[in-house]
Amino acid sequence: MTSLTINGVSIDVEADSDTPLLYVLTDELLLQGPRFGCGLAQCGSCSVLVDGIETRACVTPIATLKDKSITTLEGITAYYAAKSGLASIPQSTPVQDALVAEQALQCGYCYNGMIIKATELLLNNPDPSDAEIRSAMNGHLCRCGTYPKIISAIKKASLMIRVAQQGEDDTITEGLA
Amino acid sequence: MKKTLTMTPVKRRSLLKAGGALIINFNFQTTTFGQEQRPLAGPPDPEQIDSWIAIHQDNTATVFIGFAELGQGCSTALLQVAAEELDLSMAQIGTIGLDTHITPNQGGTYSSSAMRVGGPQIQRAAAEARQVLLQMATEQLKVDFDSLQVENGIIYSNETKTRNTSYGELIGDRQFNLAFSGNAPLKNPADYKLVATPFPRKDFPLKAKGTYRYIQHLRLPNMLHGRIVRPRGQGAYKNGVQVVDINEASIASIPGARVIRRSNFVGVVAEKEWDAVKAAQQLEIIWDQPDSLPGNENLFTQMEKGLTNERVAVEQGDVSAFNEAFVKSEFKAYGPYQAHVPFAPNCALADVKQNSALVMCSSQDIYNTRTSIANLLGMETEKVRVQFHDGAGTFGHSCWDDVAQAAALMSSMVGQPVRVQYMRWDEHGWDTYGPAHIGKTRISADRNGKLVSYEYEGWQHHWSLIETSEQTAKGTPAAEWPPFPAQQINPRTLGGMYDIPNRYLLNHHVPGLDYLKGAWLRSPVDLSFSFVSEQAIDDLAFQLGIDPWQFRQQNISEFHWLGVLNAAAKAANWQPRPAAENVSNAAIVRGRGIGVGTHLASYGGAVAEIEVNKRTGDVRILHLCGAIDAGLVVNTSNVENQIVGQLVQTASRMLLEEVTFNKTNVTSLDWASYPILRFEQCPEITPVIVQRLNEAPSGAGEEVMAAAAAAIANAFFDATGKRMTMYPFTPERVLQTLAV
Repeated sequence: MTSLTINGVSIDVEADSDTPLLYVLTDELLLQGPRFGCGLAQCGSCSVLVDGIETRACVTPIATLKDKSITTLEGITAYYAAKSGLASIPQSTPVQDALVAEQALQCGYCYNGMIIKATELLLNNPDPSDAEIRSAMNGHLCRCGTYPKIISAIKKASLMIRVAQQGEDDTITEGLA
Repeated sequence: MKKTLTMTPVKRRSLLKAGGALIINFNFQTTTFGQEQRPLAGPPDPEQIDSWIAIHQDNTATVFIGFAELGQGCSTALLQVAAEELDLSMAQIGTIGLDTHITPNQGGTYSSSAMRVGGPQIQRAAAEARQVLLQMATEQLKVDFDSLQVENGIIYSNETKTRNTSYGELIGDRQFNLAFSGNAPLKNPADYKLVATPFPRKDFPLKAKGTYRYIQHLRLPNMLHGRIVRPRGQGAYKNGVQVVDINEASIASIPGARVIRRSNFVGVVAEKEWDAVKAAQQLEIIWDQPDSLPGNENLFTQMEKGLTNERVAVEQGDVSAFNEAFVKSEFKAYGPYQAHVPFAPNCALADVKQNSALVMCSSQDIYNTRTSIANLLGMETEKVRVQFHDGAGTFGHSCWDDVAQAAALMSSMVGQPVRVQYMRWDEHGWDTYGPAHIGKTRISADRNGKLVSYEYEGWQHHWSLIETSEQTAKGTPAAEWPPFPAQQINPRTLGGMYDIPNRYLLNHHVPGLDYLKGAWLRSPVDLSFSFVSEQAIDDLAFQLGIDPWQFRQQNISEFHWLGVLNAAAKAANWQPRPAAENVSNAAIVRGRGIGVGTHLASYGGAVAEIEVNKRTGDVRILHLCGAIDAGLVVNTSNVENQIVGQLVQTASRMLLEEVTFNKTNVTSLDWASYPILRFEQCPEITPVIVQRLNEAPSGAGEEVMAAAAAAIANAFFDATGKRMTMYPFTPERVLQTLAV
């Protein structure tokens, strides 16, 4: 039995210790955020945050995750609120809001990884350049080719975060129009 | 902030029970509307209003749509069409998942058919329903029919504003029981409120939250997890695979895992998914896979030298005018096999019982899949129920039928529901690939820059008819689809946009059983066609010293084609000059190119700007502008996304994508051996819609890829003065071309 902390909840899992985290999340806990894409850590479909670092659940045995804090898409709003010092947990994060606002969507299957990775990026660097966004996101694939819209959405989310943090700054809010 | 709850011990069963709603068997997510279950197996009669629309007591409506949501947004756009005609708001209208027991048979969701075919059908059905409802309102309100107006399903009369009724009041949850009258008037496009707007996708908030259920998320009670077991990478289609020996004891260490075998079809099942994954990898099995493929090196020689079936696709005028023409271009080039490889490998669930079968899958054509499953199981068609649930974008015929068959076979053999998820190497290695192509062209123009003659010969094989699951389980011999325009050379993309007096197109059908499996891959073979054809057109312009945009302008009279050509050039701020004028000795050079093309309908034009590193052979695509004229565009945001996706995918296919294989089997089995474009390689993208409010929708899912492929190839020539004769533009191939 392995004890895991997932989205702030401590859970004992009766799976073999070599089981990749992904199969515990999808098969045992029936979570929908992390999802199978390649099983080879090549695509980012299964990404979760482990102690705040984007990690490929499909190749991470649960034995390596003791005493670590795992955040899935289901827990991303609470995680974002805690890291950003928000008073309450929002319905959705700026990254999720910006993706919807930009209609940056085709099939949407890659969005688990995109949201996890973009959240990690913006918490570390709230004002990334175009090159920094591309570099951070480069390990996440999208077969539909939605990259340009995702980049726009991450820029929009960055603005939303900075506006929220810095209050009424005209030079920043102009970009949100 | 963080709270810790201890839930020990957590058992899988109790979670399943606690989350009862997670056990799915029907249309849980698409609506709160439309709980109707029709008693009989479909398809329902397409001439009956009830087959298309149900009005509920709360004044909402369910539209029964026969097209699959493949990520293109048609599940929103087709509701816009219905809501527009019915004067309902988008909040009042919903749909249910495709289901052979419920939804109409509108044909498969391919060839950009959802809006082209589905739009008018659903518009007509909605108009018929509206007309009936207004007639009912006339009787109830005792007012003149022509005085009635509808807003959000509330029917008012101009005569007595105080009296009104509603759709829900008139017919809520009762059937129309009426056939189409054939005379319901359609709304005037000038009055559109919802159509031709960027209405936000209905599926998107759920997808961003992670609560949308893809096929991969579905579970059935008492279900086993299944995996197929095959050699890593297919061999020649005709050979299928042969099991020589299986050591079933090799998975004895995995609890509950067992081998499922019928003839050469092999799978494993287990209660836990990871156990099934492990068992499939651990199972010791010896295959016979003959070394009968040509391999990448000998592919084109074998295709061209072997016996072929010839068909003249177009013959007009006399192409011997070539001989006397002022400028001539002869060009031969090659396109590789390319793969669909959806971001999530295909998945299906099946529950096969003695006398019935339920199959949940991502088929683009559920009625066709039903027939194939019924045939496979030896069951009457009506007893098989197939539901569509979307997975990741598929871009044509990936492994969705193959996995549906695999799930049905396994379920029938274990007597329990089975969920089969393909692994990455299954999907990459056993795809029905977009076929490779050889194109050879001879074209000419006069001294005024008018095209004189156009000849094209193309070699490729057809699509594969029999799925590997059926081939291995039943021994059904490999077979190709009968001749079909979309899998042969395409007269629209091959010079069809130009005014050419003399034209001859010859299709060489290469018998496909000696090759890899093939099927339609988004804009089937068009990238290869335009790669040859539009480079030759460009070459004539170059020889004449004419700007390539202007050369095309002076040879195109059809206004749709001119419209997309000019829209793309304008978006790119194209300044006329002859191609290759700026070729230099610099190590890093830039170029721009233009192209036109399409698939079966609609019109595409594109401009590319690229950078070539002549030392390393690296090519970067800096900017792609793509214009589509798809007639009436119902949802402009969806089509903008479609153009973005097509342009990015074309960049990927032109720079990176090639199925590799040796004499025995395919060797490109994952994202490392079959790379696709990444964020850092992604060009700037400018999508352009040429909107035609008064024309019918003609499809926007694949019609700018051929143009973009050509624009990229022509940009390479503009940058370097050399022409690429094969894609993808790998550094090795680029350096070879530059060295000539």
